[in-house]
Amino acid sequence: MWAAFIRRAIMQGIPLLYGSTGEILTEKSGNLNLGIPGIMYVGGIGGVIGAFLYEQHASTLNPLLAVLIPLLCSMLGSLLMGLLYCFLTVTMRANQNVTGLAMTTFGVGVGNFYGGSLAKLAGSDVPSINLTATSSYFRASLPFADKLGWFGEIFLSHSFLAYLAIIMALVSSFFLVKTHSGLRLRAVGESPATADAAGVNVARYKYFATCIGSVIAGLGGLYYVMDYANGVWSNDGFGDRGWLAIALVIFAVWKPNYSILGSILFGGLYIIHNYIPNLDVSGQELFKMLPYVVTILFLIVTSIGKKREAQPPASLGLPYFREDR
Amino acid sequence: MTKAQQGKVPALRLEGITKEFVGKVVANDNISLSVDHGQILSVLGENGSGKTTLMNIIAGIYFPDHGHIYIDGEEVVMRSPKDALRHNIGMIHQHFKLIDIFSATENIVLGLDEKGRLDMKQCLNRVKEIATQYGFEIDPEKKIYEMSVSEKQTVEIIKVLYRGADILILDEPTAVLTPQETEKLFNILRKMRDDGKAIIIITHKLHEVLSLSDRVTVLCKGRNVGTVNTAKTNETELTEFMVGKKVMLNINRTMPKDPKPRLEVKNLCCKDIEGVEVLKDINFTVNSGEIFGIAGVAGSGQRELLEGIAGLQKCEGEIIYLDPKTGETKDLQKKTPLQIQELGVRLSFVPEDRLGMGLVGNMSIVDNVMLRSYNKGKGIFLHRSAPTELADKIIKELEVVTPGKSTPVRRLSGGNVQKVLVGREIAASPTVLMTAYPVRGLDINASYTIYNLLNKQKEGGTAVVFVGEDLDVLLELCDRILVLCSGKVTGIVDARTTTKAELGRLMTQNTNDKDGASDGQG
Repeated sequence: MWAAFIRRAIMQGIPLLYGSTGEILTEKSGNLNLGIPGIMYVGGIGGVIGAFLYEQHASTLNPLLAVLIPLLCSMLGSLLMGLLYCFLTVTMRANQNVTGLAMTTFGVGVGNFYGGSLAKLAGSDVPSINLTATSSYFRASLPFADKLGWFGEIFLSHSFLAYLAIIMALVSSFFLVKTHSGLRLRAVGESPATADAAGVNVARYKYFATCIGSVIAGLGGLYYVMDYANGVWSNDGFGDRGWLAIALVIFAVWKPNYSILGSILFGGLYIIHNYIPNLDVSGQELFKMLPYVVTILFLIVTSIGKKREAQPPASLGLPYFREDR
Repeated sequence: MTKAQQGKVPALRLEGITKEFVGKVVANDNISLSVDHGQILSVLGENGSGKTTLMNIIAGIYFPDHGHIYIDGEEVVMRSPKDALRHNIGMIHQHFKLIDIFSATENIVLGLDEKGRLDMKQCLNRVKEIATQYGFEIDPEKKIYEMSVSEKQTVEIIKVLYRGADILILDEPTAVLTPQETEKLFNILRKMRDDGKAIIIITHKLHEVLSLSDRVTVLCKGRNVGTVNTAKTNETELTEFMVGKKVMLNINRTMPKDPKPRLEVKNLCCKDIEGVEVLKDINFTVNSGEIFGIAGVAGSGQRELLEGIAGLQKCEGEIIYLDPKTGETKDLQKKTPLQIQELGVRLSFVPEDRLGMGLVGNMSIVDNVMLRSYNKGKGIFLHRSAPTELADKIIKELEVVTPGKSTPVRRLSGGNVQKVLVGREIAASPTVLMTAYPVRGLDINASYTIYNLLNKQKEGGTAVVFVGEDLDVLLELCDRILVLCSGKVTGIVDARTTTKAELGRLMTQNTNDKDGASDGQG
């Protein structure tokens, strides 16, 4: 029972982990990308489109291609979203909040539009698409996992995307703290003028961080469809996980390695209502609030603490013009 | 002496550097100067003499319109700060470019063109090496936000050295330091000089020039007016160089009619956010019917003084207003602008930051005029008729060039913006009118319009406070001039009898307990 709960919490947390790792990288460049929920949607539907087309056109599925095609489609979709966001906010200097919110609306719309179209192509009468075959390749886990009791269930029973999420978070942490490029990226988010004077190409760093961040976040959407939802895309199924990922950024104080544990905690809080017996619907909804309540409490605590390191990057959300003095 | 000093080629030579800013005067006019390895060159000059522009050109931030830059005898073209770094030129800006939540070492390493893994340990050791070599005291792992101003400056200097700079430019490095810290910095600079580095230091403190540098180049109004060996000069000569010759402006000036004390300031002290004293023990009285000038190098505390009186800045001490009608005294200390207004004190303030503090750029002239009277009238609706009339009047009488009274103020030129602001403040028929650099950036005609307006106020019995930077204007417009230097009053002189040189001397006066509260030239 406990092992099953933790396993579900991890599975629930992985999309959040992808989203928050992507958003942390983005925010470290000073871009507050509120389009993350939409980008994760696009990442999900991108994978679905790839998998759908491949399943339709190939008589037998090649396991490698069955994974690779949706993966690349998903990455391409979220990369385009990231580029669009950068073009608007960095090149055109549009307001980041407005752009981000518009991108979320846009991304959800794109997801639902293609979700609906594919359902029609598949001849389904409900707006959902079933990609069980592809999903089974995504969900492949270590064969001996179920022989190792609770240890295997919690730690070894996951699919490769779940481990990739954790690796991504660790690599991002390492990148931010231990490399020259990471130092420069953090400098861009803190004070672009200082970074500029030190010879850092601010726009380039913003573009790269935001686009790579978007691609990582998009993988969260892919994981959700292919693993968590067993290859079933249903419109609006992804829910508010994107916003939760952004909340997780704050909870993890902009450190990707912290968000690994944070994501499992959030995942657990998100599903805990299923594990409490005799809850009615309203009770469930109350429990679903928990991750947000925790974030708000955490924000209050960090604001009182005034610890400089627990604050967002200093120039987060602000556009940068060199001529502005 | 070192190898570099024996070489005859200057480390850096500028020839005929000219830089013009669009719509402004020539900032640098045909300037030539040179500095050798193992030499400290001071660049001395008043505000707006083009020192900072020139240094920004050397550091690759601005590109000169004309002229040549030679490094070790070879001509170079610098298009960005990166180019300057490549030629081993390092600039220590007056406003530090550091990232607060980074450690000293992280800031120092930031500008390096390196890829891959960041070996913090190795960087730490290198920083420590440099620190011991020149005698810096620094904790390389300390975060910038925990540092004092002088520690931050140390980080800036090490940053430049870490990148291997041979030519160092320091833009008013002592403006933020205490005397002890200044002395420490000078010792380090001397050590660097002995090490063969070429050092250029911008300052307007004469005693520092004399004690530190080998040569002095004096700039005045964008021109190089002379380069002398420090050993062969003295403060008087440098002051004369700096302030230049007197220019006649022919501003009308009448004798004050029936001057009576209107505003008394006693023992006013003020600290800035970082706890540095920016005003120390200020005492003066402004009379009705006179123009009271305030002179000083930029950042000597002028801004804080005016904002303190206007109730925008927290100060210690006394600010007393004497009502011309009833003769009663009113204490303005620790009052907000609204409270001052409610006391019946008609105090008007024309701040130096016109579109930041004075007017709202995106709002029309009428709306801006209304900012003074928004709480008049009854009910929740604004009364627009009176402000509209006033806006029309200002446009007509002050000859504001504008497409209409509903044009956003930010679309107007600097002079017209200023006319709107001054016009609005005067319309309140103030008994005390404070203006900070009211003619900055204005052309001759607009400037004279402002002078005439101020003179009219003076004749009407208003106490006018005029903070200015052009000494010629101060000398011809004002009746008395108070001189501020590093947040202290160094003298109150009669504008009719004093000389430019005397003002220059007071502005740069070497007081023994100077602890540099000013933040220097912006």
